[in-house]
Amino acid sequence: MPSALRSKTTTRSWPALTMLTMTLVALALGTGSIQAADPVKIGLVAALSGQSAASGEAITRGLTVAIDEINAKGGVLGGRMLELVRRDDESNPSKGVTAARELIFKEQVAALFGGIDSPVSLAIVPIANAEKKPFIGVWAAATGITRNGANPNYVFRVSAVDVIVDKGLLQYAAKTYGAKKPGLMLINNPWGESNNDGLTKAAAAQGLAIAGVEKFQTEDVDMVPQLSRLKEAGADSIILVANAAPAAQVVRSLDRMGWAAPVISHWGISGGRFVELGGPGASKVAFVQTYSFFGEQNPRGKHVLELLMKRYPQVKSPADVIAPVGTANAYDAMQILARAIQAAGATDGPKVREAMYKVGRYEGLIKTYDPAFTADNHDALNENDYVMVRYTDKGEIVPVKGK
Amino acid sequence: MLILSALITGVATGSMYGLLALGFHVTWAVSRTVNFAQGSSMMLGAVLLYGLAVTHGWPGAVAVAVTLGLCGAYGLAIERCVVRPFVARRSDAWLMATVAVGIVLDNVALFTFGKEPRGMPSPLTRHTVQVLGAGVYPLHLLIPAVGLGIAAALALVTRYTVYGKALLAVVQSPQAARLIGVRVETATSAAYVLSTIFAGVAGVLIAPLVTVSAGMGWVFGIKAFAAAILGGLDSAWGVVVAGILFGLTEALVTTLLGSTYTNILSFGIVIPALALMPHGLLGRAGAQRV
Repeated sequence: MPSALRSKTTTRSWPALTMLTMTLVALALGTGSIQAADPVKIGLVAALSGQSAASGEAITRGLTVAIDEINAKGGVLGGRMLELVRRDDESNPSKGVTAARELIFKEQVAALFGGIDSPVSLAIVPIANAEKKPFIGVWAAATGITRNGANPNYVFRVSAVDVIVDKGLLQYAAKTYGAKKPGLMLINNPWGESNNDGLTKAAAAQGLAIAGVEKFQTEDVDMVPQLSRLKEAGADSIILVANAAPAAQVVRSLDRMGWAAPVISHWGISGGRFVELGGPGASKVAFVQTYSFFGEQNPRGKHVLELLMKRYPQVKSPADVIAPVGTANAYDAMQILARAIQAAGATDGPKVREAMYKVGRYEGLIKTYDPAFTADNHDALNENDYVMVRYTDKGEIVPVKGK
Repeated sequence: MLILSALITGVATGSMYGLLALGFHVTWAVSRTVNFAQGSSMMLGAVLLYGLAVTHGWPGAVAVAVTLGLCGAYGLAIERCVVRPFVARRSDAWLMATVAVGIVLDNVALFTFGKEPRGMPSPLTRHTVQVLGAGVYPLHLLIPAVGLGIAAALALVTRYTVYGKALLAVVQSPQAARLIGVRVETATSAAYVLSTIFAGVAGVLIAPLVTVSAGMGWVFGIKAFAAAILGGLDSAWGVVVAGILFGLTEALVTTLLGSTYTNILSFGIVIPALALMPHGLLGRAGAQRV
């Protein structure tokens, strides 16, 4: 063989090679022990931009202060810190699905939290169940998110549920305004559909007649046609299901028509700048929440407010807590999940799912959960946890009398 | 009452399409180019007004004047930096270049203005006037007045003043126009400044009725272009009438059939309309004596 082609590895370079190999082996073994201190990643897919950006920020804050609190006490699973990884779904189901996949496969999150948009959450549910990844809703209220027919069901929720909210909205309308013939103004998407279903059934059960069901799109600016049809059908009140921007246009259209019908709304409006977009009529709308930072707080409530004020200096009082249900639901949900991971002793999806039923008594922000979830019920909150509220002209959410 | 309300909304949005389409017409008539991203220029007007009047609290009239001035400057920049280099090389890439600049502007707005839609308060939307059972904001009456007023002013200027005739002469034959002392470059720049000012006016007017956001101009711009094609790019009155008709069609379809059908039918009607009148409603083929 010509000398130029002969291998350059001579006996003299063997020691160097051995040293290199041993270093690599030591590193490999060494990283094995580093893995024990790897963070536990928690994923969030929510609207971080667009008309409901406030909801994404509120959920982030609730998760963050809970995570900071848990990490300060030593994290989970013997010293592993929790780490929040967020992705923006832009209120778009396809983008939400892509984000969920990225978090599950690339970021390898232990569990996923969802955002305000029911269509996005409904799209993520099949993936969570297929990949055996716990998916916890903290806002989106469509009934079919947790009641999705899957077994085992990896989807949990600390939030309102449409079928229960719908009963509550109609009861409130009847009790406070003497409504007998409500008209439904619903956003034209799966969330609107979920409520169409719930409201129709609840109305039948309560002996109320529905004047009519009208739908509108998110980008619509003029809802006068739909409202006029409801008025002509004899509606004495409006049940509104939509997020901030289209709901604001509904209120503006009512204003333009000069029709003073009482408006009772689901909570989508609290996910964005409803008062700013809706004008003077916005503060007359009564809507549902799962929590209010105003008024007498339980010890956990005072504590969470303190945590918020410390972590986010622009929060100086309850009035500065934007989209408060996102923060409250997310805080409690994260605390419950952390306890489940601890009880499971692992971040493995099926084990965490099983452990969600074993969390035991947790004196939380919204209420005392004992237990939060059972095999039959993946929804931690029910009608006893709802409050009816309205906005002041300054955009603060205050309770109303009545429910 | 339903129809009347639809007419009021339709005339208002239609006047906006007409104003944007006038912008297309003015630059086309002078230079056979357009700023395809007129929608972004409209967004610029709304976003600037929000920033000056709401965020910084400037008095309304001052804010509007400065906003329109900045929009005009933006138009000048587009013509100088984005359109002229390509036209000088006899390339048609100016079209895509203006689209690109529009996208860049939309994204700059996303970073600076923010990712949430905001509400623009206005004294013209505070109270409604009940007209035959339909609620009307004073703004609904101002918008068509401004739109048609600008169209009329443009028609008068081009027909009866030297500057206007010079603008039209440029498109007939740039060489001949130069020979008689018309500065082609100035005329083209002036046309672009006018077109972005028109778009800015549209943005300022429509902002209190809708919400102000970085992405608000995109669909408006597309519909305005459809209206411009429908009206005939060479005719000022044509594009304004087409814009108003487009807005009315949208509003009537929404009222009678529901908003899911609005875009399908509005754009769908443009196709047979063009098949019947290929040069647009009021455009005509061939030369026009100036």
